[in-house]
Amino acid sequence: MSGEKGTKAESLKAYKNRLDDALGNEFLRKAMDNFAVAYRTSRENAFSGMDTAELIQTVADVKADAVIRNQELLAAFKQKAKENGIHVHLAETAEDANRIIAEIAKKTRCKSIVKSKSMTAEETHLNRWLENEGLEVTETDLGEWIVQLRKEGPSHMVMPAIHLSRYQVADLFSSVTGTEQDAEIQRLVKVARKELREKFVTADMGITGANYVIAETGTIGIATNEGNARLVSTLPRVHVALAGIDKLLPTIKEALAVNKVLPKNATGQAITSYVTWITGPSECKTVEGGKREMHLVFLDNGRSKIAKDPVFAQILQCVRCGACANVCPVYRMVGGHQLGYIYIGAIGLITTYFFHGREHAKNLVQNCTNCGACKSICAGGIDLPGLIKDVHAKIQDEEGHPLQSLLLGKVLKNRKLFHTLLRTAKLAQGPMTEKTKEGPFLRHLPMIFSPEHNFRRLPAIAEKPFRDRFEGLNKKVHAPAYRIALFSGCVQDFVYPEQLEAAMRGFQEANVAVTFPMGQSCCGLPAVSMGEKSAARDVALQNLDAFELKDVDYIVTLCASCASHLKHGAPKLLKNYAPDRAAAFADKVLSYSQFMSGVVGLDKKTGAGKAIAFHSPCHLCRGLDEREAPKDVIAKSGNTYVPTAEEETCCGFGGSFSANFPAVSNEILTQKLDDVEKSGAELLVTECPGCVMQLRGGAMKQGRDIEVAHLAEILYPQ
Amino acid sequence: MTTADATKAPGTTTDLTGTFTEKAKLVSAEVYPVKTLEQAFAKAVEICVNKAPLDPQMASPASPDAAQKSSGTDRIMAAPNLDEDAFSALSAACDAAGGISLIRENLRQYPGGIDMGVSLMDYGIAETGTLVLDSRAEETRLSTMLSEIHVAVLYTSKIRESALAMTEELKGVVRDPGSYMAFITGASRTADIERVLAMGVHGPLELHIMLVEE
Repeated sequence: MSGEKGTKAESLKAYKNRLDDALGNEFLRKAMDNFAVAYRTSRENAFSGMDTAELIQTVADVKADAVIRNQELLAAFKQKAKENGIHVHLAETAEDANRIIAEIAKKTRCKSIVKSKSMTAEETHLNRWLENEGLEVTETDLGEWIVQLRKEGPSHMVMPAIHLSRYQVADLFSSVTGTEQDAEIQRLVKVARKELREKFVTADMGITGANYVIAETGTIGIATNEGNARLVSTLPRVHVALAGIDKLLPTIKEALAVNKVLPKNATGQAITSYVTWITGPSECKTVEGGKREMHLVFLDNGRSKIAKDPVFAQILQCVRCGACANVCPVYRMVGGHQLGYIYIGAIGLITTYFFHGREHAKNLVQNCTNCGACKSICAGGIDLPGLIKDVHAKIQDEEGHPLQSLLLGKVLKNRKLFHTLLRTAKLAQGPMTEKTKEGPFLRHLPMIFSPEHNFRRLPAIAEKPFRDRFEGLNKKVHAPAYRIALFSGCVQDFVYPEQLEAAMRGFQEANVAVTFPMGQSCCGLPAVSMGEKSAARDVALQNLDAFELKDVDYIVTLCASCASHLKHGAPKLLKNYAPDRAAAFADKVLSYSQFMSGVVGLDKKTGAGKAIAFHSPCHLCRGLDEREAPKDVIAKSGNTYVPTAEEETCCGFGGSFSANFPAVSNEILTQKLDDVEKSGAELLVTECPGCVMQLRGGAMKQGRDIEVAHLAEILYPQ
Repeated sequence: MTTADATKAPGTTTDLTGTFTEKAKLVSAEVYPVKTLEQAFAKAVEICVNKAPLDPQMASPASPDAAQKSSGTDRIMAAPNLDEDAFSALSAACDAAGGISLIRENLRQYPGGIDMGVSLMDYGIAETGTLVLDSRAEETRLSTMLSEIHVAVLYTSKIRESALAMTEELKGVVRDPGSYMAFITGASRTADIERVLAMGVHGPLELHIMLVEE
């Protein structure tokens, strides 16, 4: 919102070029890959024996409460800080914060500054400002020092130099020291120890961030592994701490509750090597009076406005652990510099808009598969993917909606028009359709797609949509065991009706009465994905009208994305429109496996006896928190489930994501297919037609011998 | 990183000491159970005598000069936060071993580093193997950061179950203006280059904990 004016926005094309470069960076890819896998295990170990969900809920509650009480805590801290002898400053903007700190340096005649790690200082571009003022600033966190010397920003909030190899660091240190340095990590660390010691000793001012600012006692808490914050706040005669107002907490108890989660989530450590609690100026023997001068600069930079926003206030629950990047499939492919402006990862996609402006955010917010991996581990309990979509919608509302997205919104709102267009497209694609054993595929992509979209084969629209087949398939059931309404979703209705047909065979066998409300429309998720919130709301209302709830026990869908959106997304959209009806509707929604395994109950069948790998759709495992039902269905189908590595990692589809960022989507997909091949499975099964489209189309395009099916198709084969 | 928390009944000192030891070792701290303070000091002196020579990070004005080195006093040990009795005891142990000069102030004169810092801890936290040290005195902070080896002396009676369980005691430390409280868990470490763990990036390379039972 400030300090960024005049910086030129990057075009989407330039951004995509940057993504392509990152995808081609072999070291980065390998580093990110190793990290993604290792992180998962170390986090699990760190939390082992603990109720992780409860610990995270505590952090979320503590932070949410602190956001509400922010002004009160600020006043209390100021009072206490005054008693403790801390000079407190309130910076409205990033520029104000930088100016205040430069003025402190001037007043206290400080020339050289040592800094420990502070994302808030990155946010304000503090170093640049201070250097312009003629001050010497040295980062003392090893990773930060490395990126400072390279004139880069950090590529991860906790591991700033994770994108660099030991060879790059050795070259850098060779040029800094004027002596050839070996690419041996332990030795490189020693080089930093020596080079930085002198900086610590000669510095006039130390700048730190603060992980916690405690109102009750006027204390700041700083977590580091290297111990550099202790030297930064001990050797120099002036200490300036810079902290966002969102770091305020009532007492040390809340800080300890957050600190119990933060390091575990960040790096899988039980606790960082050092946590330093400073209550006002501490002893400093080099100054008269024996105490150093201490300042605390609070940064607002839009935070108090965010705190009042009913949707976005939860952003301030972030504790800067960086875990949302650690588990993000896109981050894993492209690295941090491509997935954030200053703040990296899912939270970065959101805060960039608020802290650094729309022009820096508008490409970034689209680079999300909506897989929900970040939300499932967020230490602050933030609905990250939801907020990313909200920011996307906000940007489109402010800048005007792109034609493509506008059209999609308009078309989706009008079900009849939408379905007519699909039927017309079916006719138009006629000559381009190629029949294969995997179903009809398009021979080549329509002209609106660019060659890079050609990473997977796209299926053709089916001869006859499911809605036209339903009457013929629906046999009357006497004294039904259950009455369900089937929600088909667009893809199964128009592209994969055979998946629904398979399910229908099973429903009859289990004596389930099925209705198919013809007024049902798209679930609305694609509209949310493209930032068309109002269209998403309209279709959600249409679906409420289409389903007569009193006649059915459950609403069943074979699409995990539809299920998750109908259950959780739609009620959120309809919060101020039809909350009760939306809740009643959501209450009845079940995924196919949940219904078949949990409600109907399956007897073991004699199936094909194949080894089956399961791709767990994001919106099933995380969206619906359902992990067991599909495995039960596989077991009962007369096949054997075989585990694959990273079964719950996104396939890279993500709806419009794969159309916007095909190169990234392809890499995520390739990784997935590699894992499936390694599992030795004969068949890959999933529970979402979007995943089927991505996985089957990718396997065909890459010439892999991987057959892909929906759960219903293995349970009730033709 | 183990399930000790879940499986051991908390409450008794023995359990807390066991958990503390286990957790501290997980972060590469060396833990020595000893009966008395004297034993703790004797062990510290032994480690100091046997350690590799100091690798000076820069020239220190007060470092032993060549003459001192040749006379055998080439190790610097600092123990600024010990009381008079304890300091005398440590001093006696150093004298008995020879070759160590024990100091308790002017640590700013040793920016290049010292061999060993010995400090008496205020608390231990079993859950994470963490040491709590009231570091409001500058000399205490410098001793724990400029030393290559940090020896932490902790009475087992001072071990608490978790940081949250001792909130009131911690509040008691941070409440005072000018307070500077340190949680120390293992030695200074980084994994900033290729996520490879390296010890002693700024502070101590090693942490040794003397658990005193008396």
